[in-house]
Amino acid sequence: MSNAVSALQGASFDGYCKVDEAGLVGMITLRGDLSSAAVAKAVKTATGADIPGQGEITEGVKGRAGWMSPDELLLIVDHAEAPNVVDAASKALANEHALVVNVSDARAVFRVTGAACREVIAKLTPADTSVMQPGMLRRTRIAQIPAAFYLEDDETAVLVCFRSVAQYAFDILSDAAKRGGEVV
Amino acid sequence: MLILECPYCGVMADETDLHGGGEAHLKRFGPGSSDDEFETYLFHRKNPKGIHFERWRHVSGCGKWFHAARNTMTLEVYGTYSAQTYEPPKAIINAVKKKHPEWEGWT
Ligand SMILES: [Zn+2]
Repeated sequence: MSNAVSALQGASFDGYCKVDEAGLVGMITLRGDLSSAAVAKAVKTATGADIPGQGEITEGVKGRAGWMSPDELLLIVDHAEAPNVVDAASKALANEHALVVNVSDARAVFRVTGAACREVIAKLTPADTSVMQPGMLRRTRIAQIPAAFYLEDDETAVLVCFRSVAQYAFDILSDAAKRGGEVV
Repeated sequence: MLILECPYCGVMADETDLHGGGEAHLKRFGPGSSDDEFETYLFHRKNPKGIHFERWRHVSGCGKWFHAARNTMTLEVYGTYSAQTYEPPKAIINAVKKKHPEWEGWT
């Protein structure tokens, strides 16, 4: 087995917010009928979380479940566990019109920490970050790339993007978080 | 800046989160149609100064296609609605009519 590494291997930047690449994060795309009991059960087993409503992200003991579209969820789990979770969920959903894929190594995750975490992201996205509260997830873009973000708490934003643009995401987030760039 | 509500996500998404898909509710003319019908289907589009029904895709959001009724001159948005329909829903038609009693209809 090759040694798994995250895109930027924990790179970090210290500004008026802190920007950290989150390291290895297990991420699973689940597509299917989100109103189906079998899907709800599979999500519960995988993460401990309930099915999120539109625009929400729920939390369980083993991970989170984020609403990505009317037929798509993002499951966030332990990186090493992700292949097992995919196997189990695929078996459980064998008779459903559903798809479960491990996308952990196709993605990069960043944490923006600080009281102004909403402001740092607001500099890069057209989404209204002031309305974002913990438990909400927004898919949008930052500068030129697609990204999704949610808040772990009022001072911690987690942002997910494609691995191929991880360096770009880190650079623009760091730039937005530079000291002296405070808006208010 | 044009801002549309994605009917699937329920969020206000601005133009840069979206991708325009041109005129909505086109009827396809494929094999068996006349050359004139085929040409019209492929190339002839409405280009009104005013009320227009359009397709949009929430490209950096949910990725879904949806419909929007808006005014090309004032940028007023009358409403957005699901892609799973062949014609604008009653509520959208009523919203346009309320503003423009003289409006001749969408077809
Ligand atoms: Zn959407």
